[in-house]
Order: sequence, then C-alpha cells, then structure tokens
Amino acid sequence: MTNPRTAAAVVAGKLASAASRALRRGGGTALPGLVAERVDPALVAHLGRTLGRGRIVVTGTNGKTTTSRIIASAMDADAMPYVHNREGSNLMRGMASTLLAEAGTTGGIRGARDTAGLFETDEATMPAAVAALQPRVLVFTNLFRDQLDRYGEVDTVAGLWRTALERAPRDATLVLNADDPSVAELATGWSGPVHWFGLDDPAYATDSAGAYDARWCACGGDYRYDRRYFAHVGHWRCTKCERRRPSPQTSASAVRLGLDSARLSIDGQETVTMPLTGLYNVYNALAAVAACRAFGIGDEAIRQGLAHAQPAFGRQEVVEIEGRRLRLYLAKNPAGANQVLFLLREIARERPPLKVAVLLNDRYADGQDVSWTWDVDFEVLATSAGRWWAGGDRAEDLAVRMKYAGWERPAAVEHEAGKLLDAILAGTDRGDDVFVIPTYTAMLDLRAELHGRGAVAGRLE
Amino acid sequence: MIALRYRCESRGIGFSLTEVNIGDSFDPAAFDLVLIGGGQDREQRRIADDLARRGEGIRMAIEDGLPALVVCGGFQLFGRRYIDQAGEIIPGIGVFDLETRHPGPVADRCIGDVVIETAEGEVVGFENHGGRTYLAPGQAHFGKVRYGAGNNNGDRTEGARHKNAIGTYLHGSLLPKNPALADALIVAGLRRRYGPGVGLEPLEDTAETGAHANAVRITEKRRS
Repeated sequence: MTNPRTAAAVVAGKLASAASRALRRGGGTALPGLVAERVDPALVAHLGRTLGRGRIVVTGTNGKTTTSRIIASAMDADAMPYVHNREGSNLMRGMASTLLAEAGTTGGIRGARDTAGLFETDEATMPAAVAALQPRVLVFTNLFRDQLDRYGEVDTVAGLWRTALERAPRDATLVLNADDPSVAELATGWSGPVHWFGLDDPAYATDSAGAYDARWCACGGDYRYDRRYFAHVGHWRCTKCERRRPSPQTSASAVRLGLDSARLSIDGQETVTMPLTGLYNVYNALAAVAACRAFGIGDEAIRQGLAHAQPAFGRQEVVEIEGRRLRLYLAKNPAGANQVLFLLREIARERPPLKVAVLLNDRYADGQDVSWTWDVDFEVLATSAGRWWAGGDRAEDLAVRMKYAGWERPAAVEHEAGKLLDAILAGTDRGDDVFVIPTYTAMLDLRAELHGRGAVAGRLE
Repeated sequence: MIALRYRCESRGIGFSLTEVNIGDSFDPAAFDLVLIGGGQDREQRRIADDLARRGEGIRMAIEDGLPALVVCGGFQLFGRRYIDQAGEIIPGIGVFDLETRHPGPVADRCIGDVVIETAEGEVVGFENHGGRTYLAPGQAHFGKVRYGAGNNNGDRTEGARHKNAIGTYLHGSLLPKNPALADALIVAGLRRRYGPGVGLEPLEDTAETGAHANAVRITEKRRS
C-alpha cells in the first residue's frame, strides 16, 4: 500500500509537471521532482524500492549516460519492464521526477513488482541515491578530474563513493572498472560480490597517455603500467603493495573503431558491432555488459542491446544542415576530450585534414574553470585538423590553446552559436563533415540554433 | 610551462625543462626559473615534507634573485605555515612572511574568475582555494584585487612577492593569458644570468591579448 504522504507527493509533482507544461517552461525534468520531494522527502526511497526486480545505479566521471542507455537497450531486448531517468537528470530530484511520472494518481507504480529501476547517478549524489534506492547492482565507470570548482577534488568524490558503499545492501554487486585503479580501490573492504570489467587489447596501448589523475595508491606507492590505454587507465600495479589490476570477468578484445560504429569481441566470443565508436564507448559497453550480467540479463539480450544502442544527446549525434554533416562529440572534461581527440586522430588517418569546431563555455554546468583545456592533448590533432572554428563564451581561450597546440589560426572566433554556424557554413561545402567538440551548455546553444533552422528533427530530450 | 617554452623558443632562447619529483636531487641555484603548482590535500602533505628538506637551498637561491612562480598549494607552502581544518600545522619554507588558515567547513571555498592589478599590469586568472592567506606587515602582495576573493576574501590583496619570487592563487592558464607576466619571469631569469642589459623583443600576441580581454569582460559581467 502506498504511504499517504508519498501519494500526496505524487499528486503534487504531477500537478507541477502539468503546470510547467501548460506554462511552456518545457525541458523541466527536475521541477516536478523538486515539488514532490517537498511533500515527501523520502519519495525516491518510497517509490524506488517498490521496483521489485531490483535497482541498478550507474555513476562515474564519464560514460554514465551512455552506459545506462546500453543497459536500457538490453532490457528492451529482454522485454524487461524498467524505469530509467533517461534524460540524464541524475540528481535526487531528477530521479523523483522519473519515478512520479511512472506513478498512477493513487501514488503507486503499476506493475512495480516486475519492474526494474535503472538510475544514472551524479557522482556526488551517490550517498543519498544508494541509501534511498538500496540497489542490487552499483556500476562505477571511471574516476577522472571533472569540474574541480563543483566537486572539489578527485579524492572528495572517492570519499563520497565510499560513504555510498557503507549505505548499500551487503549483498549488492559492485561492477567495477578493473583498468581504473581509483575505481578498483572501491573493492577494498567490500565483502559482497564484485564483477570486474576491463579491456584486453594490446593494439590500443599508448605511451602518450594524457592527463593523469591517479598518481598514488592508497598505500602511498606509485602505479606502474604494463599497458596503458589512456590517462591512468590500463593494466596497472602498485610498486609498493600487492594491489594490481584484477582479472576481469567481462573483457573486450579485437576492437576495431570506425567513424560511426565499433566492433568488439566480449570474452573472445563472436564479434558484435555497436553503433557507437571510440575507446571510451568500448568501456561504456563493457560496463553495461557487466552490469547486465550481474543483474541476470541473458547473453542474447545483451548482444542485441549492444547492437541497437543509440548515442545519447550530443554524443556522436549527426545533424545535417545545408548538406553538411555536423558530428557532435560532447566533451566535458580532460579525459573525455582526450578520448574524442584520439578517436578523431584515428578517423583522420583515412581522411585528413578534418574540419573541426571547438566550443568552450564556462557556465555552471560546464565548470567555470577553463584551465582544464590545458590538460587536453589538442596537440594530437595538430597535423590532422585543417580549417577550424572557435566558439562559445570562451572562444578566445581556445584560440590561444590551439596556437600552442600547433593548429592553424581559427577561421573564425565567435561567441554566439548563430554567428559560429554561419561561419562554418561559409567555410564548408555540401557533403563536408564537420567534427564539433562542444562543452555541455555550448552544445545546448548550438543545438537550439540548429533546431531553430530546422536542422534537428528530433525533440530536445 | 608551455607558455614559457613558447615565449623563449620564439625568440631563439634555448629552453629546457627538468621535472623535479619527490626525493629527486635538485640544486635551485643552477636553474633560471622555478615553477611549483598546487595539488590535492593528500599530495600536498607529501610535497610539504619534501619541500621542507629543500627549503634552505630554495630560500638562498631566491635571495640571489632566482625567479619563481608558485601557485595555490605551492604558494601556501612558500609561507611560514599552513593550518588545516583540523588545526594541524604544516610548516612552510618561509620564503614569504605569511600564514594560511583553513576556516573549516563553515566557510565556502573561494572559487571564480579574478582580475588583479600588479607591477606587471592587469592579470586575469581563476582561483579555487579553501585556505585563507594573511600577509605579515611588510610582506608585499603580488596584486590588488579588482574582482575576486584574493588571499582571504577581506583585505583585497592577492598573492605575495619577494625579490623575483611570485606566489599566487591564480591559475586558469595564467601565463598564456598574461604574456607580460610570463615575459617578466623570463627577463628576470635572463638578467640574473647575463646581467641587467638583457631585454626581450615583442611577440605577436593577438590571440593572447584577445583571451585576456575576453576574460576581463566575462569577469566584470559576472562579478559586478
């Protein structure tokens, strides 16, 4: 039976949602949740725990949204009903909004007993979300330096995650990235099951690893790498204590990265092609496969899930305008941006020089400290980036950064999305691909501009 | 670093970089310029011990005119002491006569864009620090705050300087966007080695000055 306070909260939230739509405030995925949580602060716990198939939470610096979407795709293939904060509204109020949208006016979620819960979760929201949802599976994708002005430090995030684990059910399964020593550290002291995932493909080992966010083991020892893929991710071991990369239960090999898709073999089985590319998406696929296995989804559904995964908003999305294809690669932090650049370098091997637009904003959701762009290896594209455009509120910062990275002078430096788009159209021909690397709000602005010109057919999620 | 290299090499000045890690041997007097950055608390403690062992040598080299740029955590450790949230004292090497206290969780971190006035002109950057730094009477500041919190969100000072050593909370690609500051450090290093007659030819800095001006514009809009 639904708690009366929860039922009242659901009604209040639904009214807020209807009012918001009527007022055309649109896109407000958090508002209904915010209102409902005022009435029942434990709404996420009260509704979330009724999802009888169990809950999965997915967190990490990068890959939360895409990993969750691949898991959702596998659940679709498995015909498993689920609730998912698909819009990526990943704070408590966003989860509350998702849950109350599924609830009936009596306050309960229909068929809750047979439904699963899938929640992408902000790193700093993990302690509250885990306490409320009591998940059966907790997925940690990776830990990189993100927007320091918002979260403080990498160590702070790791501390929040340990707090979350103290509040998790004792028998929950941790799904952990074996190749990220900061994530692997979470297994220390965990008595429940752990499902490790990792990459086993020597072809992607590199010496130029880029930004580095995990210098020391908890024991104080340095990490050494037998194989490094990027940043601090690879086959690591501590030089002082016994810790080393655990052998993963779910691994990928035979990876081939294409322009729009990637091929990989899971545990040496027959290769599968997924409509996402880049090594970072291979890791997202691994995290999703491991999570599905830990959740009891069958192998065939998982294969289908991978094969039909859809890119999330602004991640490898292709937008056509006046015969040009704008390929959007959201980049929110050094690790994510480096991954995009390494992917573009691979693409450029077959078709140089690339036309590139980079957009940098410094609003709250982007992180207000733009110095992170100096931890991004724009140098790797120095010889393959041809004509390029600088956009966003901090376009001039990019012009300086690229000057030092050895890129040519920008064809234009424009703050406004409209002017930037005009400049791009003026400097390209029909049939051209333009590789666009925006920060989060810069992507929203550009997408709104494209939408205004009729270029984005789909609704803004 | 990257800016110093570029601004030297563009003028035909040789540039070589030596990374000094914890425990490495290091003779500061043999170098023309020293840079120290910040880090997380965990890293800070390890570096504090290492720096303490080198304190005497660094102080002597700086008295001799060695230019240094020490940022954030490095700046704090160049003071007399750092008192952390728990009241524990981490001794600094005392290049600057100042101390830094962490006010604990009651106070917010100082985070945001900053514009200051310095002897090298207007300087823009980004600050992100929990500790509040207080200069002793007679200790020179690096700049006067126009926008931002500065040393302690109170006395409008930012950073500290002693001879050619500059300590500051500002980062945010500090040297690329403030080419005059980068050049001042380079000139100080060259003059220490080759005498007071050394000067630098100007570089084409359109991109740098554009980013500087844009940062000032954005800071004015946000902070006023």
